[in-house]
Amino acid sequence: MDFLDSNLGIFLIILGQCLLVTVLLLVSLAFLLWMDRKVWGAVQLRRSVNVVGPFGLLQSFADFVKFALKEIIIPSGADKPVFFLAPLISFVLATIAWAAIPFYADEESAWVIANLNVGILYIFSVSSLEVYGVIMGGWASNSKYPFLGGLRSAAQMISYEVSIGFIIVGVLISTGSLNLIEIVNAQRGEWGFLSWYWLPHLPMVVLFFVSALAETNRPPFDLPEAESELVAGYQVEYSSTPYLLFMIGEYMAIVLMCALTTILFFGGWLSPVPGIPDGLFWFVAKVVFFFFIFAMVKAIVPRYRYDQLMRLGWKVFLPMSLGWVVIVAAFAQLGVPGYARW
Amino acid sequence: MDGLLREYLPILVFLGIAIGLGLVLIVIPALLAPYRPDPEKTSAYECGFNAFDDARMKFDVRFYLVSILFIIFDLEVAFLFPWAVAFKDVGLFGFWSMMVFLAVLTIGFAYEWKKGALEWE
Repeated sequence: MDFLDSNLGIFLIILGQCLLVTVLLLVSLAFLLWMDRKVWGAVQLRRSVNVVGPFGLLQSFADFVKFALKEIIIPSGADKPVFFLAPLISFVLATIAWAAIPFYADEESAWVIANLNVGILYIFSVSSLEVYGVIMGGWASNSKYPFLGGLRSAAQMISYEVSIGFIIVGVLISTGSLNLIEIVNAQRGEWGFLSWYWLPHLPMVVLFFVSALAETNRPPFDLPEAESELVAGYQVEYSSTPYLLFMIGEYMAIVLMCALTTILFFGGWLSPVPGIPDGLFWFVAKVVFFFFIFAMVKAIVPRYRYDQLMRLGWKVFLPMSLGWVVIVAAFAQLGVPGYARW
Repeated sequence: MDGLLREYLPILVFLGIAIGLGLVLIVIPALLAPYRPDPEKTSAYECGFNAFDDARMKFDVRFYLVSILFIIFDLEVAFLFPWAVAFKDVGLFGFWSMMVFLAVLTIGFAYEWKKGALEWE
C-alpha cells in the first residue's frame, strides 16, 4: 500500500488511467467511424463497408494501415513546421479535452482522469483552441483552396462557440458549479429522465446540438470542406497520417460534443427510469445515441450556404441563447422549480 | 502530492501521451512509406491550370470583423461564467448588476446589427 501512496506510485496509476482512456477512446472511435459509414450507407440504400471483417467491422483498422503506408506529400510552397504542427494540434487538443469528461461517478469513486472543479471551463477553453489546427493547416499549405477553407472554418467555429458559451452559462446558473460530476448529480431526481436538464432547458438542447454540428464542421455545416466548391477545404494538401490526425481530431471532437450533450442535458450516467441502477452503460448508450443523430443529420440534411450559416449563428442563435441566459437567471431568482438546484 | 498538482498532473500526463501518439503517427509513414517527390506532385493543388502566385492573398475584411465580434462576446461569456457559478450567493443585487451589463452589450449588438456588420451577401 505504501508504494501506491508514494509519488511514483501515484504517477504510475495516473499514467495507467490515461493510457487506458486513450486506447479505449481510439478503439471506440474506430467502431463509431464504422457506424457513421453504415448509417450513411443505410440511408442511401447501399451496402456501405462490408468487406473487412464481419459486417465490415474492421474497416477502420484496415484504413489505418493504408494511411500509415502512404507517402506524405509536402507541397513545395508549404511552411514545413507549421504544416506538420497543424494536424498535431488538432489531434492533441481534441484528445486532451477528454481528460475532464467523467464517465461515471458515485459516492466513493469518480471515473474521470482529472476531476477538475473547473471542468466545463477546461473543456470550453481546449475546444476553443481547436480552431488553431484548422487555420494553421489552411495557411501553411500555401494553396488557394486550403487558405479559403481555413478562413471559412475559423469564422464558423468562433461564431458558434459564442452561442455554446451562453448555453453552458444557462446550465451553470441552474447548477451553481463548474464541475461536470456536480452538473450530472444536480440532474438526479425522483422522476428519472424528467428531472434532467433537457426539460427546463429544452430550447437550448436544440441550439446546443445544432451549434455542436457547426462547431465540429459536420454536415449540414461542412462548408470548409464543401466538396463541390472548395474540394476538401483546409485538408486539400494533406495526405497519409497528417490527414488521418485531422480526421481523428474531427471525430474525437464530435464524440466529445455528444458526451457534453449527454452530461449537460441528459443526465450523464443517470438511469432514465427510477429504480434501475445508474451506470457507465447509460453514459455510453446516450453518447452513441447522439452520435447516431449526428450521422443521420449528415445523411439527410442538405448543406447550408455560407451567408445563411453566418446569419443563423449571429442573428438567430446568439440573441436566443443570450435571451435564454436572462430567462434562466430570472427563473432561478424567482425560484421556479427545476431551474435552481443548488 | 498536494491537491492542485494531484488535480492537474493527469492532464499533463494525458497531454504527453497525446503528443507522443501524434508524433509516432507522423513518423510511421516517414519510415515505412515511399518518399518520391517530383515538381508536379508537390505543386499546390489547382483546378485545371498550373498554380500561379502566392496563395496567401488578400481576403475579405468581414473575417476580421467576425473575429473582433467574437472577442467581445467570448469575453462576455468569460464574465458570465463566475457570475453563473456564484449566482446563489450574489443575490438580487448581483442579478440586476449583470442584467445592466448584458443590456449595455445588447445595445452594442443592436448597433452592429443595424450597421450591417453581420451581413454576408
